[in-house]
Amino acid sequence: MNAPLLAATGISKTYANGSRRVAALDQASVAVTHGQTLGLVGSSGSGKSTLARILLRLIEPDAGRIDFAGVDLLSLRGEKLRAIRRHIQMVFQDPLSAFNPRATVGSALADPLRIHAIANPSELRAAVADLLERVGLGPALALRAIHEISGGQRQRVAIARAIATKPDLIVLDEALSALDVSVRGKILDLLVDLQREHGIAYIFVSHDLAVVRAISHRIAVMDAGQIVEHGPARDVVANPQSAAGRALVAAVPRLRLNA
Amino acid sequence: MIKVLAHLDGVSVTHRADGKTTAALEAVDLDIISGERLAIIGESGSGKSTLALALAGLLPDNADVTGRIRWPALGHTPLPGRDIGFVFQDAGASLNPVLTVGEQIAEVAQAHLGIGWYEAYGHALRLLERVHIPQPEAALGAYPHQLSGGQRQRVCIASAIAARPKLLIADEPTSALDMVVQAEIVALLQELVREDGMTLVFITHDIALASGFADRIAVFRKARLVEIGPREKVLAHPRDAYTASLIASHIDLHSPPLIDEAA
Repeated sequence: MNAPLLAATGISKTYANGSRRVAALDQASVAVTHGQTLGLVGSSGSGKSTLARILLRLIEPDAGRIDFAGVDLLSLRGEKLRAIRRHIQMVFQDPLSAFNPRATVGSALADPLRIHAIANPSELRAAVADLLERVGLGPALALRAIHEISGGQRQRVAIARAIATKPDLIVLDEALSALDVSVRGKILDLLVDLQREHGIAYIFVSHDLAVVRAISHRIAVMDAGQIVEHGPARDVVANPQSAAGRALVAAVPRLRLNA
Repeated sequence: MIKVLAHLDGVSVTHRADGKTTAALEAVDLDIISGERLAIIGESGSGKSTLALALAGLLPDNADVTGRIRWPALGHTPLPGRDIGFVFQDAGASLNPVLTVGEQIAEVAQAHLGIGWYEAYGHALRLLERVHIPQPEAALGAYPHQLSGGQRQRVCIASAIAARPKLLIADEPTSALDMVVQAEIVALLQELVREDGMTLVFITHDIALASGFADRIAVFRKARLVEIGPREKVLAHPRDAYTASLIASHIDLHSPPLIDEAA
C-alpha cells in the first residue's frame, strides 16, 4: 500500500493543572490515507481535539513525530510552515467564532486566495463565486456579512474557505455538531462530493459515532489521551474491541419505529 | 382516567425587538397529560424552547402572549421552581458559580418546601444520591466549576426536582454533552420521572433520542405545531412531510455509509 498522506506517531502532550500534570495525549498514533476519511471519535476530554490541533500545528506536542506528504511536519518553521499550511486546512464547530464576524463572505474567501497567491486580484471575484458555487451557495452571498447568514450557510462558507487553497487534508473538529439534522445531512453529502471530486482526505473529529461512521473509511477511538482502537469503520462499529468503543456504540440513540 | 395537567388553547408568542415583532409560537393547541413523557421535537427557530418558557412562565419581558394556558390538574397557576422544575441545556450557566452545590440545591428546597436550612441541606445530600453523583458528601461542598459538564447537569437536575414538582421540563438537556454522558442523563431523567410520578416535557432536536422513551411526540416547525401523537404512530406513520424528513435525516449505526468502502 502507498505511504499514508499523514502519519502521526507517539504524540504526547501534558498540561499543568496547578501542581498536577495532566496527560492530554499519551503516545497517540494515527494515519490517514490520500483521499480517505479518518474518523477520530471519543468522549469529552478524551484528547481528540488536542490531537486535531497538534496535527494542524496549532499546539506543539511534547513528543512524537508527524509525517505529512513526506515532510517532517514538526520540524517546519517560519516560511516553510506557512507554505505547507495551504495543504492542511480546518473547519471548526462554531463558524461564527472562526471568522471575523464583520467581514463579508467574499472577503473571508478572498483572503486565503490572496495570501497563498492562488488568484490574481483581477480574478478574485470570479474565484470567490466559483468557491461559493462548489459549496452550493449563490454568488450574491459574497456581499453579505458573516453574522447575517444562517449557521448552515456559514459552515458552507467555512468549507469553501478550507477548499480555497486546494488542500490535501482538511481537519474537521465537531464541524457538524451545531447544525440542525436536516442541514447536517446536506453538508455531509457536500463533504463526500468534494472528497470524490478533489481527492481530499479528511480527519473528522466528533463525539457522534453515527455521523463518524457515515463518512469515515477508518475510525480511531480515543479515551483518556490514548488511541484505544483503530481500524476499518465497519469493523469498529460492528465489533468494538475497547471499552470506550463499546460505550460509544451503545450510546448512539437508535430510531425506534416500534415500541 | 386521563387527567390534563396543562391545556394550551391558541397560544401565540411574539417577540418585540428593534421595532420589529417576530412570531415565536403561533396558535398552539396542546394538552399535556399528567404523568406522560412528552417529547417536543424541532430544529432551530421552531418555537420549541419558547413553548417551554411559556409553560413555565419564564418568557422575557419583550414577549407578548395571547391565548390561554390552564392547569386543570393543579388547580392554580404553577409556580416555577415549585410546581415546575426546569433543566436547561447549559448547566454551567444555570448554576450560581459562587455557591456550593449543596447550597444551591438546599436553597430551592428551603424556599419551596417550608423547611429550615439544616433540613434543606440534608435534603440536598439525598438528592445528590438520587442523581448518582459520585461521593455525594464531598460534592455538597464543591463549586460548579470543579465538576464535569455531565456532573453539573446532574446537579441542575437535583435542583430542579428539589421541590418535588409535578412537571419537569428539560430543554435540550444533553445537547452540550457527549453521547455517552447523554445516554446516562436520559436514563437518569427516566428513572426520576418514574419514581416521582412526574410529567416530563423533553425538548430536543433529536427524534431518535426521543423515540427511546417518549409516550407522545410533538413536532414543531417555524413556530407551529405540525404534528402530535403517540410515539409509534408519529414515527411509523408520520402525517406531516416535515416529520417524515426528520426521520429520513436521522443517522445511526444502521444508516448506510455515504462513502465507498471498496477494499
